[in-house]
Amino acid sequence: MEENILLDAIERYRNGEMSSEEKTYFEDLRKQNSEIDQVAAEHLFFLNEFDKFRKVNEFKHTLNEVESKLESEGLISTNPNKGKAKIINLWTKYRRTIAVAACIAGVVSLSTASLVSRYSVNKKSEAITPLVDNKLHQMEHKINQMENKLNDATTAIAKKPKFEANFRATGFLADGSGYLITNAHVVDKAKNLIVENTKGEQFTAVPVYSNATTDLAILKITDTTFKKINSLPYTFLKATAELAEPVFTMGYPREEVVYGEGYLSAKSGFYGDTSSYQISISANPGNSGGPVINRNGEIIGIISSKETNADGVVFAVKSRNIYTALKEVRANNDIAIKLPQVNNLKGLDRVHQIKKIEDFIYKVKGN
Amino acid sequence: MTFIFGLLFHIICINCKRVKIYDDERALIKGLAANDFEATETIYRENYPAIEAFIIKNNGVHDDARDVFQEAMIILFERVQSGDFELTSLIKTYLYSVSRRIWLKKLQKLNRQYPAMENVSEIVAVEDQIESHDKVSQDLDMMQKSLEKMGEPCKSLLEAFYLQKKSMPEIAAAFGYTNADNAKNQKYKCLLRLKKIFFSQYKN
Repeated sequence: MEENILLDAIERYRNGEMSSEEKTYFEDLRKQNSEIDQVAAEHLFFLNEFDKFRKVNEFKHTLNEVESKLESEGLISTNPNKGKAKIINLWTKYRRTIAVAACIAGVVSLSTASLVSRYSVNKKSEAITPLVDNKLHQMEHKINQMENKLNDATTAIAKKPKFEANFRATGFLADGSGYLITNAHVVDKAKNLIVENTKGEQFTAVPVYSNATTDLAILKITDTTFKKINSLPYTFLKATAELAEPVFTMGYPREEVVYGEGYLSAKSGFYGDTSSYQISISANPGNSGGPVINRNGEIIGIISSKETNADGVVFAVKSRNIYTALKEVRANNDIAIKLPQVNNLKGLDRVHQIKKIEDFIYKVKGN
Repeated sequence: MTFIFGLLFHIICINCKRVKIYDDERALIKGLAANDFEATETIYRENYPAIEAFIIKNNGVHDDARDVFQEAMIILFERVQSGDFELTSLIKTYLYSVSRRIWLKKLQKLNRQYPAMENVSEIVAVEDQIESHDKVSQDLDMMQKSLEKMGEPCKSLLEAFYLQKKSMPEIAAAFGYTNADNAKNQKYKCLLRLKKIFFSQYKN
């Protein structure tokens, strides 16, 4: 209750309602008692704030009244908010921005036009190299032949076709019933295709899907000798992989399977192509079509090409394109390809991961 | 002889014109400080079109112009309230400078196209005043929020007493208290709560 009296006194003091005697007494009290003085100071501050609040609110009220009066006189216009008018307003609001944007768009489209015309001719042939090894001649050819002969002699593969391959690339199983994924540029010009696993088993295959834009192709093993594989150890990433994510690949830049490590260096590929990644990895002709796998054993992409004039700049088709491809295959060819759903690689060290994976990485050869 | 008279007359006239403008401005400021409708209307009428034109020219729309002009008027109102206000420039120049500054800040925030500088000589420095206005309006927001937080009947009770300046017997009747003392007690309780809420926000 005491504080009530004090606050009341402060308010009366502030409003000038005190007699001069009372006023002097109050001022003296404040000087003598620091506690009272503090309460008074605080309350006066609060009352001032409250007063400001009141006055500004009242003024806002007046302003609004003036505004509506002038509005009715037509001195102040309002924004029409309906239909066309709104668009016109947006136009007036942003016209300078739009003009600038239009200018930039114009310049960009002109320059991209020239870029496309420049690079569309040269893209595949100069700036980037598809990683198919089509120099299977001279020494290597001889080695091949020797290997083949050795294979013929040592392994019990029957009816091995007399096959003179002129290119070599990589592919991997996406469905244990005999569907492989590789690059479109690997298979597009081939008449005959042979796939070979790390055990040296060879099978003939035919493309069931090929898309030059995404550079993805799906092969089906047609040989009856192929035994269905019940489960594949890896899965396919549907989302986008992360920048700097460590990745590895396996492929056939040589006759023997080769392992390589690297990292995801950009989320887009050649000239900002969003359907592929840029990967820093060592890749050579023959690596085309090889899987790019992250540490959890998820396939994030398929190696397709590298920049000719730079080392370690490799482009890989994003794995989500595989999902699209499978949909198309189902719709157009009525083939249902089932991607593996269970991942057996997570948490394993790399050596064991590779041991589980390597059987399903195939050499793709053709002529 | 007529020439000299003419000249003298002319000089006097320029002076009386100046004095007249000065007096007019002073009267307007006084009216504004007292929240006078007519003064506010006159200022609005004389200044709004130029500011609207400026804002429309610089990527704004009518509603932007209204918002900016309102804010500029409130800043001017706060200035004339604070007592130490001296009119160092014409109201017109002042409002234009403040509006311009507010609008440029908004444009910057929205990352829209920044207008080219123009008419710089007409402009007085208002940056500090806009900043202190921002602080004041923050405080006022805080007061508004504290009132909202307090809930009824406290909010209405305090508004009736402090904002609408109603007397205690009036309030007692309106809020259904048996007598003015009861209402007063209730008002104190509410006031203490409001202060508590306000200062807890203020100190943060």
